[in-house]
Amino acid sequence: MSHEHAAAHEPSGLLKYVWSTDHKMIAFQYLFTGMAMALIGGFTVYVFRMQLAFPGEAVPLFGRVSASSYNALVTSHGSIMIFWVAMPVLIAAFGNYLIPLMVGCDDMAFPKVNRLSFQIFFLSAVLLTASFFVPGGAFGGAWTAYPPLSTSGVYNQTPIGATMWLVAVALEFVAFLLGGINFITTTMNSRAPGMRMFDIPIVVWMIVIASVLFMASVGPLVAGAVMLLFDQVIGTGFYDPARGGDPVLWQHLFWFFGHPEVYVVLLPAMGIVAEVMAVHARKRLFAYRTIVYTAVATSIISFFVWAHHQFVAGIDPRMASLFSVTTLIISIPVAEMVFVYIATLYGGAISLTTPMLWALAFLVEFLWGGVTGIFLGAAGSDIYFHDTYFVTAHFHYTFFPIAFIAGFAGITHWFPKMFGRMMDERLGKIHFWGTIISFNLIFLPLFITGAAGDHRRIFDYSGFPDLNLPYLQNLRIMATYALLAMIAFQVVFFYNFARSLRGGAVAGANPWKATTLEWLAASPPPHGNFPVMPTVYRGPYEYGVPDRADDFWPQYEPAGPAGQEPRLGAAGHGPAPSGAMAAPER
Amino acid sequence: MISWFVPQASTFAADVDSLIFLILVIVGAWFLLAEAVLFWLILRFRKREGVRSKYVTGDVKSEKRWVSYPHYAVLVFDVVIVVAALRVWNDVKVTDPVPEETVRVVSQQWAWTFVHAGPDGRLDTADDIKTVDDLYVQQNRTYRFELHSKDVLHSFSVPAFRLKQDAVPGRMIAGWFKPTLAGDFDIQCAEICGIGHGLMPARIHVQTATAHQEWLREHGVMPALAANTGAAGQGGAR
Repeated sequence: MSHEHAAAHEPSGLLKYVWSTDHKMIAFQYLFTGMAMALIGGFTVYVFRMQLAFPGEAVPLFGRVSASSYNALVTSHGSIMIFWVAMPVLIAAFGNYLIPLMVGCDDMAFPKVNRLSFQIFFLSAVLLTASFFVPGGAFGGAWTAYPPLSTSGVYNQTPIGATMWLVAVALEFVAFLLGGINFITTTMNSRAPGMRMFDIPIVVWMIVIASVLFMASVGPLVAGAVMLLFDQVIGTGFYDPARGGDPVLWQHLFWFFGHPEVYVVLLPAMGIVAEVMAVHARKRLFAYRTIVYTAVATSIISFFVWAHHQFVAGIDPRMASLFSVTTLIISIPVAEMVFVYIATLYGGAISLTTPMLWALAFLVEFLWGGVTGIFLGAAGSDIYFHDTYFVTAHFHYTFFPIAFIAGFAGITHWFPKMFGRMMDERLGKIHFWGTIISFNLIFLPLFITGAAGDHRRIFDYSGFPDLNLPYLQNLRIMATYALLAMIAFQVVFFYNFARSLRGGAVAGANPWKATTLEWLAASPPPHGNFPVMPTVYRGPYEYGVPDRADDFWPQYEPAGPAGQEPRLGAAGHGPAPSGAMAAPER
Repeated sequence: MISWFVPQASTFAADVDSLIFLILVIVGAWFLLAEAVLFWLILRFRKREGVRSKYVTGDVKSEKRWVSYPHYAVLVFDVVIVVAALRVWNDVKVTDPVPEETVRVVSQQWAWTFVHAGPDGRLDTADDIKTVDDLYVQQNRTYRFELHSKDVLHSFSVPAFRLKQDAVPGRMIAGWFKPTLAGDFDIQCAEICGIGHGLMPARIHVQTATAHQEWLREHGVMPALAANTGAAGQGGAR
């Protein structure tokens, strides 16, 4: 299991970029594919927000937006940002990169499954992108793909695009099922000697819990997707009321997955934020175990809330009462988690580095998303807000912090480890403030237009006298200008990223003076990760321990002057030291 | 709060708005408090030369209460919100009052057809009045609506009434409203329904009793004529 042995299998030259089994290379493949898809997702929103601000005018780089291309753009934006940006970056890229390094092993438990996972994912991304160019264009039935609109080419007028969208989503699920197997198995079986369950860094916990959650929730949707595919392609009637089917069935299957999916991406984001906060505030996480428990509780409750997306969808209204209650219940562990994060700052020594700014901004912005969700979870007020821009603004205040703010926190924090160089702090802060301010200027106005009754997925409001008002149009224009500013500020990020790859200050193994195992490896870590496989002596966040010279005490450092005995072998409920070395033989 | 933007034109509009206001006050206070504490901690515990971070585990009860007390408070406020939300929900969606009249709302790609009961006050009789994209109702009269869809999902949304209900093909979904404010208001389709989704606006015309009676006299045609216009299609009253 030595890294020399593993390295012998590493393809050379360009092939290593497409055929590697190294978890770090696969992480980069996911990261860069996710970033490329974010550019496509960003372009789609640029086009349709331009149409909303200036209806009927030709959009630079696109042209006039027709009603059908508007629907396709909205659908693609939602699908891409969730399935091809948030999931690959947060779970696959960070999961692949961090898990073996943070639990102290040389690679994933099943490296070839890992490679297959990315290849299937890449295929799904290509398929989705290709659907823009088929006759009829990309699918335009919203990312929720409600039948009968999604089942029949007569209704959606994009018969080829609809099927390609569905197959692409299904392939993406396969990719993440394969990836999840690795995350769970590696964390459970390949931990360094001495690393007990509660010595595992929070981000690893979160990715593992998210993977379990994904696996448990995606099954019904895959079944639903197969039925939808049959309805589309061979003319079955699972969702067709004329033939005994029921369109609402899909909604249940979709949201049974769709709501847990929110937490599938939220938990890894919360994990990244926890790591960054601990390091840059020099603080042990407040109530580490509580974070794990609340994550598990949130995951379990998330299986019982799905129909809050369907309050007015034609379900029995008494059932809506029940789901209203479960939905407000889930606010309890999530609120607890946020409180714990805030409490972590107490007594810290906070450095406002770029990654820390992103992590703190996550909390600041996610609070908006959290509290506005209450308006929608409460059935009585959801009657009004359902399918308005209030909903759009609400979930962007959750998804943008998740996918982008936490993503940037993670990238800026682990960039020195990934590439061996520091990113430029000044450019990082320009990018941070530009992005955060423009983000708020996009979505705060949309809360107002939503409250005023703007309903979603409308490409032109001029037919609605109550909505075709100057102050509403000004808010729509303001949101669009803010979006243009936000897109412009991303150039700063890409420039900083590219320049720092070669020109950044050399980072060294542990530039942030952090405690977790990945900082023991060289920056960037070679194939096989560690020169000598590490042993773990303590929990992951020992910052500010009294009576020590340094304010941090790494997990891998044997007991120092304070005289604490190494816990080796004392771990009653963790893996035995020798057994924990069970990294796979290949 | 919502009434700043959209008038309250039905009996339950004010209830929905009060609920939204209640939630706004509760979560608004929590939001401000949480943000204030967060920003205070960030400012107070900035890194200073020679000052080490405190070693706080958060595993001791005396520390944990800083999180658990707010946590219990969240629970209490959740109960308040649930009770208020379900009361409104029950009024609007669960317990329908006895209707004085029924209208049929039929959605399709991409138009609304409204079937009014006509002068005799009953549906499916010869004097029914069919209209396209314009619904005429009388102020202070309790209506039951029967919602249909001919093809895909649509949603019958009347923001001024704080009313929204999806239409599902193959089903009749019933609901109710009682307009209180005379005037013309938007009807939206609030569920994506294909490329014409943005092109199916309709209007609801809430008329005073006298104006509505006049409208009925004008359009409530003789049974023989009604049969003709019915056969000729929908839209006789445009």
